Amino acid sequence: MSVKKIQTDVQMKRALTRISHEILERNSGAKNLILVGMHSRGVPLAFRIRKLISSYEGQTVDVGSLDIGLYRDDISEKPQATMKPTDISVDINERIVVLVDDVLYTGRSIRAAMDAIKDLGRPSQIQLAVLIDRGHRELPIRADYVGKNVPTSKEEDVKVKLAEVDGLDEVVISSPIT
Amino acid sequence: MTTNEPNTRNSIRHKHILDLDELNRSDIELIFENTDSMMEVLNRGIRKVPALRGKTIITLFYESSTRTRVSFEQAGKILSADVINVSSDGSSSKKGESLYNTALTLQAMKADAVVIRHQHSGAGYFLAQQMDSTSIINAGDGMHAHPTQSLLDLYTIKKHLGTISSKKVVIVGDLLYSRVARSNLWGLTTMGANIVLCGPKTLLPQDFLDSRLRETNHPFRDIQIEENIDTALEGADVVMTLRLQSERQKAGHLPSLREYSRRFGVTSERLKIAKPNAIIMHPGPMNEGIEIESDVAHGPQSVIESQVTTGVAIRMAVLYDLITGNHSEKES
Repeated sequence: MSVKKIQTDVQMKRALTRISHEILERNSGAKNLILVGMHSRGVPLAFRIRKLISSYEGQTVDVGSLDIGLYRDDISEKPQATMKPTDISVDINERIVVLVDDVLYTGRSIRAAMDAIKDLGRPSQIQLAVLIDRGHRELPIRADYVGKNVPTSKEEDVKVKLAEVDGLDEVVISSPIT
Repeated sequence: MTTNEPNTRNSIRHKHILDLDELNRSDIELIFENTDSMMEVLNRGIRKVPALRGKTIITLFYESSTRTRVSFEQAGKILSADVINVSSDGSSSKKGESLYNTALTLQAMKADAVVIRHQHSGAGYFLAQQMDSTSIINAGDGMHAHPTQSLLDLYTIKKHLGTISSKKVVIVGDLLYSRVARSNLWGLTTMGANIVLCGPKTLLPQDFLDSRLRETNHPFRDIQIEENIDTALEGADVVMTLRLQSERQKAGHLPSLREYSRRFGVTSERLKIAKPNAIIMHPGPMNEGIEIESDVAHGPQSVIESQVTTGVAIRMAVLYDLITGNHSEKES
């Protein structure tokens, strides 16, 4: 197994800074926004973006967390992960929901997340922010805000590590030695 | 979602849930974690998620029940499964079909899970032996076990007191015939509670009390027996009352209901002996005025009503785990 670092802590910080600005630019400010982090690493990322946004705008954006366990379409094929409760305590009707996740891959998790959001209300828009886009989409889904595009093969693994969960900030890609 | 989460275990080790002696602490904690997510779904405006779409759950009840059957049915429906209810009155068992043949029929119908309640202890185990792909959930068999009720009791304690470990749990009443109490003995022991049993001598489960004396490392070796309720309740964190099945009096276990009520009924006066923040539980249906005073059943320390809501969430978690989990093909 060979492991390569593709994003350092400084690069990650810059990427999140840019994403935060892009979110504000695209939506003409922070009004009406709600950041929804997808379990597990999307949640700390959503909180970081909120912190950045409030430092620019002086306005605190609502943050929620979402677990897609009950909405997956592959539960019979893969072992399911232990669920964490969804926690979106504010009304999302007519708001702009920005889904936040660490890695965008097949797009199936995002499809599940949109179904989950739909059960909680009717937002005026759903947007998607990801730290890494590694390609290989299986559904017609794209991200509105991307930290870094990384070309990968399906055999490779992309792992986002965050200080809140893993003790340090970095993104590594590992490929099996053939 | 990252594709390479650490490979943690994410379903319990068993394909069936027949009693709590089969589940270890991490199995139970895993069910609790998923129950937290299910509670969130229950608190939504639209209580429906697609998790078990296209799956079939059959409830097979040979004994009357309202809350357990409805609770399983609601749990299955909120998870979008198709739930089919079979009661003994409307089934072929009235025509003399054996449980074995019923099992084969249900298997042929490709049910993903069968929830069974039966008047004979061990009926669920028998059914599980006949099944290749269907998960069996025991919803009460004779006087043997009622694991999902016990799971919801454990979850309720954990939510109210923060932990189960080292809490003093007093179980009062008809312990001999109570399958809820028996399953709770396993569950509470696994989770590390200090258990005190309290009831008349004639309603204590002598079978296991005797086996305790024969074996040195018996799992129930630390359980205390106390015939005086006032002594039993001292410092209690949890008081679990059990339904006194009035047919017991006819069987000669009790001289009179009034005497039972006076000696073992949980009253507000007696509750003062327990810790001030102690919670009071009852698996229902209650005989108010016999094993539990109405003021206690509906008082501030009672968690009996929240037990019912929790019951739905626990059963959702159990159904979700059994139907979607990666369990070994056959139960060893």
